[in-house]
Amino acid sequence: MEISVTINGTAQSHDVEARQLLVDYVRSTVGLTGTHIGCDTTSCGVCTVLLDGVPVKACTVLAAQADGHEVTTVEGLKADGQLHAIQKAFKENHGLQCGFCTPAMMLVGAALLESNDDPSEDEIRWAISGNLCRCTGYINIVKSIQAAAAEGRAQ
Amino acid sequence: MYPPSFDLTVARSVAEAVDALAEGGEDARILAGGQSLIPMLKLRFAAPSLLVDINEIAGLDLLERTNGHLRIGATARHADIVASDLPGGAVASAAPWISDPLVRNRGTVCGSVAHCDPEGDWNSVLLATGATVVATGPGGERSIDIGDFVVDFFTNSLAPGEMVTEVHVPVPAGASGGAYMKLERKVGDYATVGVATHLELGGDGTISAAGIAMTSVAPVNRKASDAEALLVGEAPGDELFAAAAEAAAAASEPRSDVRGSAEWKRNVVRVYTRRGLEAALAQAQAG
Repeated sequence: MEISVTINGTAQSHDVEARQLLVDYVRSTVGLTGTHIGCDTTSCGVCTVLLDGVPVKACTVLAAQADGHEVTTVEGLKADGQLHAIQKAFKENHGLQCGFCTPAMMLVGAALLESNDDPSEDEIRWAISGNLCRCTGYINIVKSIQAAAAEGRAQ
Repeated sequence: MYPPSFDLTVARSVAEAVDALAEGGEDARILAGGQSLIPMLKLRFAAPSLLVDINEIAGLDLLERTNGHLRIGATARHADIVASDLPGGAVASAAPWISDPLVRNRGTVCGSVAHCDPEGDWNSVLLATGATVVATGPGGERSIDIGDFVVDFFTNSLAPGEMVTEVHVPVPAGASGGAYMKLERKVGDYATVGVATHLELGGDGTISAAGIAMTSVAPVNRKASDAEALLVGEAPGDELFAAAAEAAAAASEPRSDVRGSAEWKRNVVRVYTRRGLEAALAQAQAG
């Protein structure tokens, strides 16, 4: 079936199988490999993308369900050659160890800051509770989201 | 993992969805949030020939209070319940405990209800609050009491060609309260034990209606009818709640598994029923 999806602001049209998963569409069909595949069972959250601005697990959404919608992947965070505040904060606060969960953590953090520019530590931990960091680097992930929030408020 | 091949129809209205279901026959399934269905397809526990996607149907995500009911539409997400001020009692209490934030952003209440997984939380809440499921099919719309809707393990009482379009949770006019107590090993895990409680108080402060239902401790979400009967007409108090908790524990049939022994789970039912009733009472008395 023919689908049209706006990915990171760019209109994409492809003929896909009904059963194709959104994560596979983004990675294999569109070629954006910043979105990772981890557990493939709706548990780990590394496949997180924003669907119309809302974080979802792309291993548990069909590509066809994104037809007519907007998808943001980690590649879409950077704008005009500048890192997004959340990317800068993860870099400066060492919010990553192996980096595998990082695209998802940054997208969830960015989505949280869209609705709450001053989240408490509890609210941040609550927001990322569907995303696993197998390095257990949560302290710096939380710190990074807090730093991005502070940066956003300062501007 | 990939789902087996299927045809997909994206419905733009309930009428279109019902027509597509009828055409698809018994192998057709509704696709709402997909947070249970897509994993089941990937694991090949389900292999429908046709999926009818209802996410694009305008207005089906309704969430409103009207005529003494909270109406939850077929595509209202768990996250919508968390974010809204409209739900109260056990519904508001349960919503933040559904899976994890990302699954809540996508998964739907009605989908979970229709799925009838005994480890699903919503059907306990609906059984405790005396909710109604609204189904639409080729013959029009009908209301099904949740007690008649939940038939068995992963089995509901929808007729062929019917889909769940709404759930109605009664909002009592008088003093009421409710809670959902859930023990889980980690965020996103199924309940080890879940207990939904609901109390309504009469003008004299006695209990005029009571609901208790349990998750993950029986082959279906189970209403603790004996425990409810003990409460109705009585003045709330510690001894009464302890007796009801004992009756709920007796009505549970937990199995020993990786999440714990049957004996321990039965004890959690006892403790959570008591705590849930206390929370429901405090809420009802606070008005």
